[in-house]
Amino acid sequence: MESVIIDQLKRDKILDLLKQGKRLDGRALDEQRPLTIETGIIPKANGSARVKLGNTEVITGVKVQPDKPFPDLGDKGILICTAEILPLADPHVEPGPPNEEVIELARVVDRGIRETEMIDLHQLVLIENKSVVGIFIDSSVIDADGNLFDACSYASASAVLSSTIPKYEIKDEAPVLVEGVTSKPPVKTLPVSVTMARIGDYVIVDPTKDEETCMDARITITTNSAGNICALQKGGGDGFSVDQLIKCSEMALSVGTKIRKKLEQLM
Amino acid sequence: MSEDGIRCDGRRVDQLRNISIKVGVLKNADGSAYIEFGKNKILAGVFGPRDVHPKHMANQDTGILRCRYHMSPFSVTERKNPAPSRREIEISKVLKEALQPALILKDFPRTVTDVFVEVLQADGGSRCAALDAAAVALADTGIPMRDLVSACAAGKVADRIVLDVNNEEDQEGQADMPVAIMPNSGKVTLMQLDGILTSEEYKTCLQTAIGGCRQVYEVQRRALIERYFESGVQ
Repeated sequence: MESVIIDQLKRDKILDLLKQGKRLDGRALDEQRPLTIETGIIPKANGSARVKLGNTEVITGVKVQPDKPFPDLGDKGILICTAEILPLADPHVEPGPPNEEVIELARVVDRGIRETEMIDLHQLVLIENKSVVGIFIDSSVIDADGNLFDACSYASASAVLSSTIPKYEIKDEAPVLVEGVTSKPPVKTLPVSVTMARIGDYVIVDPTKDEETCMDARITITTNSAGNICALQKGGGDGFSVDQLIKCSEMALSVGTKIRKKLEQLM
Repeated sequence: MSEDGIRCDGRRVDQLRNISIKVGVLKNADGSAYIEFGKNKILAGVFGPRDVHPKHMANQDTGILRCRYHMSPFSVTERKNPAPSRREIEISKVLKEALQPALILKDFPRTVTDVFVEVLQADGGSRCAALDAAAVALADTGIPMRDLVSACAAGKVADRIVLDVNNEEDQEGQADMPVAIMPNSGKVTLMQLDGILTSEEYKTCLQTAIGGCRQVYEVQRRALIERYFESGVQ
């Protein structure tokens, strides 16, 4: 929050443009910023990606290591997805324990990957109830210009797709790494999140930081390859009408299809 | 679920659990409410508008809202660590954002309104029940409000869209969609989803949840009327 007056001026300008069907950066209302995905950027990680969505930039690394399963989920491998906004990404971010925005970001990204069942966790069991393979997907926002949800989601999915899973054998009931043998991750579907902001009566896709500072409400919808809606999170200090929510689900599917094509090229 | 659509706890697919709300249950809070929503037992207490601490959080142009959703260690089967979990922090945030549209905080610059929600016993759908209690507790403070906020979840269990998912159904079910509306404006102020739904199911689920919210609203309204009219306090 730099200044309430500047925010109000920005909002007036952004709303003015929206009435003419335009946005500050010249995009259509349902148009995302250019997306570039680069994988394999951190060789020490089992998978990695650097994603740019306009001026928002995220680096995600995947680490794979044996672990104990969760007590009530002994027939599934472990999946943990985190996200953080590094202090170098934005002048307002301070080092320290994560605040509620960051926790929400991480949990929404996690929910997208988990609820679409992107990774078949049943295939990651070494000994049922005792030993499983864990997949840890950690995202770092390094440049923040709005819509961190989608940037982190795409980076996480890309990093998983580019990852190799090492082989573990069980010796004396303990997992032992088999050198030089790897496999592709057991991917079942491609999750694609689409974040939309409502400003006045207008719903726009992929808001920038400027658009986020003056939005009324936000929604992130994640779809799978079969065209189902799998995860959703409403945010922001106001609401949506039912018609807007239905329109948002349709936009999430149509916009998501283009992104999914990009992700498919990584498979 | 049985063939004729009777659920594990004996309800029909479109039936809510039993809900009871009591307003003004705490002496020190400016507003309070207690809700029993199925086996959920939840207390909500509100303080404010009052001075903001820490001071730097204060906003010159409007009052702010803070919300804390917390589960008691004894509220669930396995003891819960009393420190706030990431889940509780996220729920606190979505509850705050669900209540905010109903409040007129512009009239109270440099103040904070604090909503504290304590889940004494949890049984699936606790965020919705917590929100129902919090909205009533806010109304109990007398702070100006545009509307109440009413919340209820719908979900998909055994391939059917059902209203008000309970704990067992949430564990075994295919989808869970908590929704909150402002009943008079119809605006949706909380919505989350996890689970897999087709576009058609998404629409049905949303409408089912909103239908539940409207039933909850009647219970909230009756609880407030009982507090302020029939018992003759004020």
